Amino acid sequence: MTTTSGPTGRAMPENDTPPGGPEVASSPPLLQLRGISKHFGAVEALKYVDLDVPAGQVTALIGDNGAGKSTLIKAIAGIYPPSSGEIFWEGQRVSLHSPRAAEELGIATVYQDLALCDNLDIVQNMYLGHEASKRLTLDEITMELETRRVLTELSVFTVRSVRQLVGSLSGGQRQAIAVARAVMHESKLVIMDEPTAALGVTQTAQVLELITRLASRGIAVLVISHNLNDVFTVADRIAVMYLGTLVECGPIANYDTTRAVELITTGAGARADG
Amino acid sequence: MTSSDGTVTEVRSESADAPGVFESLWRKVRSGEASLLPILLGLAVLVIYFQVRNSVFLSAGNLTNLFVQATIFILLAMAETWLLLLGEIDLSVGYVAALGATTAVILLDAQFHWPWYLALLAAIAVTTSIGVLQGFIIIKLRLPSFIVTLAGLLGWEGVLIFFVDRQGTGGTIPVQEKVLYDLVNGNLSPLATWIFTAASLAIFCWSILRKDQSRRASGLESVPFAVTIMKVAALVVAGIILVLIFNTNRGTFTVLRGMPYAIPVDFVMLTAGGFILTRTKAGRYIYAIGGNPEAARRAGINVDRYRLLAFSLTGVTAGVAGLIYASRLGGISDGVDGGNLVLLAVASAVIGGTSLFGGRGKIIHAVIGGMVIASIYNGMALINMSAATQFIATALVLLVAVAMDSVARRSTASR
Repeated sequence: MTTTSGPTGRAMPENDTPPGGPEVASSPPLLQLRGISKHFGAVEALKYVDLDVPAGQVTALIGDNGAGKSTLIKAIAGIYPPSSGEIFWEGQRVSLHSPRAAEELGIATVYQDLALCDNLDIVQNMYLGHEASKRLTLDEITMELETRRVLTELSVFTVRSVRQLVGSLSGGQRQAIAVARAVMHESKLVIMDEPTAALGVTQTAQVLELITRLASRGIAVLVISHNLNDVFTVADRIAVMYLGTLVECGPIANYDTTRAVELITTGAGARADG
Repeated sequence: MTSSDGTVTEVRSESADAPGVFESLWRKVRSGEASLLPILLGLAVLVIYFQVRNSVFLSAGNLTNLFVQATIFILLAMAETWLLLLGEIDLSVGYVAALGATTAVILLDAQFHWPWYLALLAAIAVTTSIGVLQGFIIIKLRLPSFIVTLAGLLGWEGVLIFFVDRQGTGGTIPVQEKVLYDLVNGNLSPLATWIFTAASLAIFCWSILRKDQSRRASGLESVPFAVTIMKVAALVVAGIILVLIFNTNRGTFTVLRGMPYAIPVDFVMLTAGGFILTRTKAGRYIYAIGGNPEAARRAGINVDRYRLLAFSLTGVTAGVAGLIYASRLGGISDGVDGGNLVLLAVASAVIGGTSLFGGRGKIIHAVIGGMVIASIYNGMALINMSAATQFIATALVLLVAVAMDSVARRSTASR
């Protein structure tokens, strides 16, 4: 079994040496977390978390409520900088002290509530905060062409027009727009928090399709999900969290639903594969 | 509509065939995206009604008067629009405008005798500073704009009374300086009226055609060329009609012709405001913040900075409105009803189609709404309706407009 981390109490890695996981041959994984801890006062939300997120693969982060999944992705997104531990990006040690710093590295986060403006159209939402301009005025033509290109490339859905207001889109379409916006700005890692939580069956399928497509384009995807069906549909790797620790992490082939549920509920990683 | 099997489906732009145009127009009307259409129809109904009741309504003299009457509502509504777009409101805007006008009138008085341009600039500087101050308090202390500007409504009236009464001219300071007086009461010469209108039309039509052309050149589908041409033609016809109205002699004893200066003032404010809102990042961010402040913040937008910008733009616009107001009344008095003014300003903006809930609206809505309010006041006076009826009619129009706003908002949100 290829786990990159054992149960709790694992020793911290050596200083400043980019560690290579067992499954890495030449280049290190895109993102490596080593010994990440996060305290909120006396509460230890994350305890020595080690995690590798390789490019071109979908890593699913699963765990029960309060297991620390959200805290972990917020640490990666620069919202809650970790109390201790090291983060390596493309083998280089980095500090993710702010959302802006994470964004500049190429980390994009799609939150559960999507953060779209219903009163703006698709193009305007896609470029919000990153508008293209020409001679001090907005360059609508470039933005519209580029939006159409990205949406066509990722095509999982049809929209009437890219000038349609986002408020008039369906849940799946909105999710797709949020994801497309995340990948448009040259993101290398896309983090998604429960992307299918509020969606119906068809729309869920569309979003899962989109996730697979992102990975096939060489983008690293880290997705939080409660839905094990979804996880086993899209994920290449699985990482299980239990009470702030990362109990196991490895290729999806090493797991089945029963084992995943057991890990989520008991955190016991000692049992052999079924 | 959607395909879940992962086949590559094309992202289409607005369909270009003629039935598609009407279909998409209807969809826009229903979702509140094309809010101009219903209110223009409403305005037409009002105009027809008043014209049938009193044929003076559509005379050149009365129409010119109507445009001038509308200016104060239009400008104050524009001032309010900046904040309504953010989901905020400014209840003090009437007194702030009056305070700006007071500044100008006092500085132009014999006692100080400032040159007119400095006095007018000082007036706008005062209203802008007040806008920034109120905005700063609202943003930094996280107070509701409703309450802070309600305090402004009371406080600035006090300041106004203090300064007006201190002049010792019996509670009224007259406008004696020519430029400020002519702002409303003076006219462009008929030739200048033609030149100004032609130049404005040229700019507008050029910008419409250029946008259309560059979309076509980039391979983006757009409305059929015939529709663009129709739009341009309609603008030109409207411009010519306006000039003919303004250039008709409306004097009884002397010849009185030409466009009142107030119209170019409206036009400049409309163009500048429209430019900021549709062509610049600042405008885009104001819409974004009004629609979803959290989304704007996460997109890296400095939300507080753009909110403060909107408050200052409200101040600038209120300053211009105040000057027009003083010019029209021929002075400023301590009895200015800023409370009523602000209510009519908000009503104008909302009647025109700007949402009270933030994120939706345009500067042009202020113009249409201001025209509707002015038409009601003007027309009701012509057919000798009582003040009571005027108030009730305005209230009904406002209620209908707000109801439409709410319906449009729900139809977008419910899908």
